[in-house]
Amino acid sequence: MGRIVLDKVKKIFGDITVIPPLDLEINDGEFVVFVGPSGCGKSTLLRLIAGLEDITSGHVEIDGVNATDVPPAKRRLAMVFQSYALYPHMSVRKNIAFPLRMAGLEKAEQDRKVEAAASVLNLTDYLDRRPGQLSGGQRQRVAIGRAIVREPAAFLFDEPLSNLDAALRGNMRLEITELHQTLKTTMVYVTHDQVEAMTMADKIVVLNEGRIEQVGSPLDLYRHPANLFVAGFIGSPRMNLIEGAEATRRDAATIGVRPEHMTLSTEAGDWTGTVGVAEHLGSDTFVHVQLDDVGPVTARASGEISLGHGDRVHLTPDPAQIYRFDAAGSAL
Amino acid sequence: MATRHSRSAARLMMAPAVILLLGWMLVPLTMTLFFSFKKYLPLRGGDLGWVGFDNYTRFVTSSSFWPSVLTTLIIVGGVLLITVVLGVLLAILLDQPMWGQGIVRILVIAPFFVMPTVSALVWKNMFMDPVNGLLAHLWKFFGAQPVEWLSDASIFSIVLIVAWQWLPFATLILLTSIQSLDSEQLEAAEMDGAPPLARFGFITLPHLSRAITIVVLIQTIFLLAIFAEIFVTTGGSFGTRTLTYLIFQRVLESQNVGLGSAGGVYAIILANIVALFLMRIVGKNLDA
Repeated sequence: MGRIVLDKVKKIFGDITVIPPLDLEINDGEFVVFVGPSGCGKSTLLRLIAGLEDITSGHVEIDGVNATDVPPAKRRLAMVFQSYALYPHMSVRKNIAFPLRMAGLEKAEQDRKVEAAASVLNLTDYLDRRPGQLSGGQRQRVAIGRAIVREPAAFLFDEPLSNLDAALRGNMRLEITELHQTLKTTMVYVTHDQVEAMTMADKIVVLNEGRIEQVGSPLDLYRHPANLFVAGFIGSPRMNLIEGAEATRRDAATIGVRPEHMTLSTEAGDWTGTVGVAEHLGSDTFVHVQLDDVGPVTARASGEISLGHGDRVHLTPDPAQIYRFDAAGSAL
Repeated sequence: MATRHSRSAARLMMAPAVILLLGWMLVPLTMTLFFSFKKYLPLRGGDLGWVGFDNYTRFVTSSSFWPSVLTTLIIVGGVLLITVVLGVLLAILLDQPMWGQGIVRILVIAPFFVMPTVSALVWKNMFMDPVNGLLAHLWKFFGAQPVEWLSDASIFSIVLIVAWQWLPFATLILLTSIQSLDSEQLEAAEMDGAPPLARFGFITLPHLSRAITIVVLIQTIFLLAIFAEIFVTTGGSFGTRTLTYLIFQRVLESQNVGLGSAGGVYAIILANIVALFLMRIVGKNLDA
């Protein structure tokens, strides 16, 4: 079981309100991702759930029990830190066994659980090494192993992949998702990378300045962003936001068109402009176009297109895929 | 610019410093070795010729040799124990966020800047004096008989004085080490269910082990040579004669330069054994 409910949770550091009163429900077995720009309070929120920070007001419920004043160790949550926080003077085996040792488990039982976790995470050959002798990905797995052996009600991940290189990050993303499917335990995952959020989450919580902007499944947020912030944050490359005459013509303060929802043509189209940079990725080409009347936009074209700086192009937005926002930024 | 030319230029420019330091070390060392094989009594006939290893055997067979070695070990060990234990506790205390942290830290470091002679005299006259000392007043206030610190608890008194001087050094080194401890490690241990004492034992103390080794190494080398504190307080009486003090007495009080020099050579060997031993520990720690 691992159902976490936040009820009017508020956090103030000094005079700064980091998190204004906030409500959130995390269901048992869900993979929830907190995503937002740096300083949006997502890590603080995770630490409030973990109990590493005190809540100013409101309360946290874990499995129906009020956990607001329960110390971190008693909340049955396991956390994987950004720096991995491995104990450098202990071997991998001792690192993973540490929570079991603290719980006073028998030595044989400890060994059995450590071996089991190590085999799940491909760490069996490294059990007697020190963290300093491991690569980044292996350290990451040790940190996850230390969390798994506790058999917690929920896992908390604080930007666990930000110290890995791009290729390894892709692998670990898959491994964590697979782990979630095997264990079926609740996972709360903090990241600033919307790609991680989109690929891993069952439910994404978009945070901005401590407030929840929108909660929903990845495709939900992609298809129906509730406001300008979510529209600009979810999707890569980001949505083109256009103000002015084009927006007014559609009865909105701002309109949004995703790069993938525009047709690029060299002959004719609604909007005309000059190519600035064309990024050839092989599978796709992202073309940055300075439109004559509308301003700069990014469009996705096929990978085979050959365009260069200074070429004249025409863009046509898909009328069914134009998002409209009012002056306050809410979706219409 | 690591050409052959720049390397020889660098050697040439370093030469004066190296030669000066070598001379500074080699001249006294050679003279000590030279005198240790001679019977040399400045006020009783001067240079009385070569005597071979006579001085060496006389120094170690003298009835005051083993007691002085023991005293040295007790003082060094006692000071190390007090400074490391209190140093760790003080460092943890000073690491806590508090108002006026900067000033408190400077105050803690202050005793290190007081000259050994001065601090020993201050302790002797202001604290430990059995008539006018602060401690005597304190004892009298509670109706107890004042302790004659420097004669009744002489070794303990000297350990106390020296530990007071070296505590800031230990605290400072351990504090910088504690500050480099990743707070996420402590939080991870907290989440793993480790109570505060276990966090100290399993995380903080192992993290400090290297700093503690360095404190022990540096202090041992300096503590083997403490002299002023003994000279101005007990003058070597009441069982406070260390090896260093014994050498001093042989040379200046007994006016036996040869015998004292032999003692000096023993002290050099002893210090080198300690240094070698401790360097190995540090080396092992640095590998890990």
